[in-house]
Amino acid sequence: MASVTDLSHHDVEAHHEHHLPTGWRRFLYSTNHKDIGTLYLVFAICAGLIGTALSIIIRAELLEPGMHVFPLISAIMSGDGSVDAAKNMYNVFFSSHAIIMIFFMVMPAMMGGFGNWMVPLLIGAPDMAFPRLNNLSFWLLVASFILLMCSLFAEGSPGMRGFGGGWVLYPPMSSTVGTPGPAADFVILSMHLAGASSIIGSINFIATIFNMRAPGMTMFRMPLFPWSVLVTAFLLLLALPVLAGALTMLLTDRNFHTTFFEPAGGGDPILFQHLFWFFAHPEVYILIIPGFGMVSQVVATFSKKPIFGYVGMVYAMLAIGVLGFAVWAHHMFTTGMSLNAQRYFVFATMVIAVPTGVKVFSWLATMWGGSISLRPPMLWAIGFVFVFTVGGVTGVVLANAAIDRYLHDTYYVVAHFHYVMSLGAVFSIFAGFYYWFPKMTGYLYDERLAKWHFWVSFVGINLAFFPQHFLGFQGMPRRVVDYTEAYAFWNMVSSIGAFIGGAGTLIFLYLLYDAFKAKRLAGDNPWGPGATTLEWQLPSPPPFHTWETPPHIFGDEDAHAPAIAGQGSPA
Amino acid sequence: MTASGDRDGTTVSAGGRARRNNRLLGLGAATLAVTMIGLTYAAAPFYSAFCRATGYEGTPQQVKANTDAEGHRILRVGFDANVAPGLDWSFEPEVESIRLRTGQTATVYFRVRNRLDTPAVARAAFNVTPEVSGGYFDKISCFCFTEQHLGPHESAEWPVVFFLNPDLEADPSMARVDSITLSYTLFAPPSERPAPARSADRAGPAG
Repeated sequence: MASVTDLSHHDVEAHHEHHLPTGWRRFLYSTNHKDIGTLYLVFAICAGLIGTALSIIIRAELLEPGMHVFPLISAIMSGDGSVDAAKNMYNVFFSSHAIIMIFFMVMPAMMGGFGNWMVPLLIGAPDMAFPRLNNLSFWLLVASFILLMCSLFAEGSPGMRGFGGGWVLYPPMSSTVGTPGPAADFVILSMHLAGASSIIGSINFIATIFNMRAPGMTMFRMPLFPWSVLVTAFLLLLALPVLAGALTMLLTDRNFHTTFFEPAGGGDPILFQHLFWFFAHPEVYILIIPGFGMVSQVVATFSKKPIFGYVGMVYAMLAIGVLGFAVWAHHMFTTGMSLNAQRYFVFATMVIAVPTGVKVFSWLATMWGGSISLRPPMLWAIGFVFVFTVGGVTGVVLANAAIDRYLHDTYYVVAHFHYVMSLGAVFSIFAGFYYWFPKMTGYLYDERLAKWHFWVSFVGINLAFFPQHFLGFQGMPRRVVDYTEAYAFWNMVSSIGAFIGGAGTLIFLYLLYDAFKAKRLAGDNPWGPGATTLEWQLPSPPPFHTWETPPHIFGDEDAHAPAIAGQGSPA
Repeated sequence: MTASGDRDGTTVSAGGRARRNNRLLGLGAATLAVTMIGLTYAAAPFYSAFCRATGYEGTPQQVKANTDAEGHRILRVGFDANVAPGLDWSFEPEVESIRLRTGQTATVYFRVRNRLDTPAVARAAFNVTPEVSGGYFDKISCFCFTEQHLGPHESAEWPVVFFLNPDLEADPSMARVDSITLSYTLFAPPSERPAPARSADRAGPAG
């Protein structure tokens, strides 16, 4: 944990004398970007463990045809071991798995955790622009998570507990027709709070990045991670209110007799899908763009070269952000759109492959000819480039409306989005985690264990998700608790892969325990000459207050010179 | 070491300016978020107007009269009638399907009966499949345009007058469509329906 150490080490906090909070007050009342970042990271790890446990249980059920696991779990959790209750429990599990992983693991880790911790350090700002809002933003998320947990124990479908309509919350499954009980209301309110938390967080990031950069830190000298956070903040600001609006309509449909999505009153459930995907397609970029930023900085550091095509990388992120709002209906090819609408959405979706390709090739070009050291963050970053490209390629396949009719709602889609999310986003989070862990805690972790963690996870998760492409081609639908004998083999392989991936998580937990127990001091910069960004000029862990005197960033006066972008000296 | 001598002079005023700019940026960003919520609500009437105007999602068109010349293609038009749970009415088309030349006006009756001992109100939701044909399915009059009242055990025959727009012959996505189904579902007004939390039955086609 960040704490005040060795005040004489650096001059930036030398004049600091006011009271430092301790104990629970320090975190509950915290307005310090590093403490709030730590809270977010701890929260994300806990939520990630719950989400992973859910997925392991799901894969255990799918290990073999037939129902073995969920009747048991359902009997334990709700006292009802019937087949219907078990099916409902399965639906609740995969719905919760998705919501937890998206809203309570990836988003808090990337934006809340690394964003809060590193953006002020990387741009030379003393803290976030609105420190109190930052605190509100975190605790709203905790309240949101509690509401989601409440939904698990409330009645959903008649006589059943929990909401089983998937994270997409489509009516009529989420309206009073499919889920008359309050479980769906709990999920909707939980999403409202999570959305409010993220909107407040993005307002904070936008103000911080536009307004609190150190002198000389021009926009195009900013490292790529703050850039990625800025783009993501705008996506959140434009997308989440649409979710909030759609969910409010759903809530009033459920409770106050409005008919936005009810055919009875002239509404249309398909409208919900349009609104939802207008939010949710940018949302998937929200989940991955901060990862782009982290991977860019890690790749540059461990290739000991500035990032290749810095300006192109920035514009690629902006382009992905803008295009993300123009492709939503490619999730809805089977809802009966006109041929021309399908043509447009196919084309627009494929256009996104262009800026994404710019990014992938720029990472490769950064590594090309670099002095590469394969330390754990770099392994995760290279792993990210590989799995993200696989996921991107299957995305281009699915973008074809004609193929999508065949593959829609099959395991091919599951494989695709897990390659970009469960592997891509999560790998980038681990790249960032292993990159900044020594900075955040001041301790080195056992690099041997970190490499084991990488390889076990890489093998396990690929084994889990690659066969799902085959299952999708064979026609296995997603969101089913049982399947025919024809799908047995690859499901078995996939489940074994998931268990191996789960073992990787245990290695990670042991690595954390070991790092805090062994207390190997990291020093200011454990990564050597490649680590040129501002945070490595601070002690590890950084003192409670940093950059109270802003660093001056010097560089080539040509603001677009990529070679010195993000570099600088506080001297 | 920074040239920190100028700290006292410049950063205080710079700090004040930064706070003001932060507030402006924060308010601007919050306004953007609120605007997006407003636009989301505006999307609901816009979507419904868009569907009515374009026939998107299989929304039939409403027209005053048939002014088109007869076309060449003959298509099957099928009829489907449903009653949503919570409304004890019977509802069925007089004919299962007709064969209709494009541009020709047809009138089809639906038989409906209120099985309740009390007067009741219902409204029909409607669409056509395949959805692409919505833009070419022109209704001149329909019982579904207004709310319908029936007394206790009253029966009625409700007409729908429509034609298929001959423009569909020029649309390549209609080339392989030989059969169009017009579907109605009768709903009680939301306030009259039973509270769904208590009804254990799942909704589905009824009647």
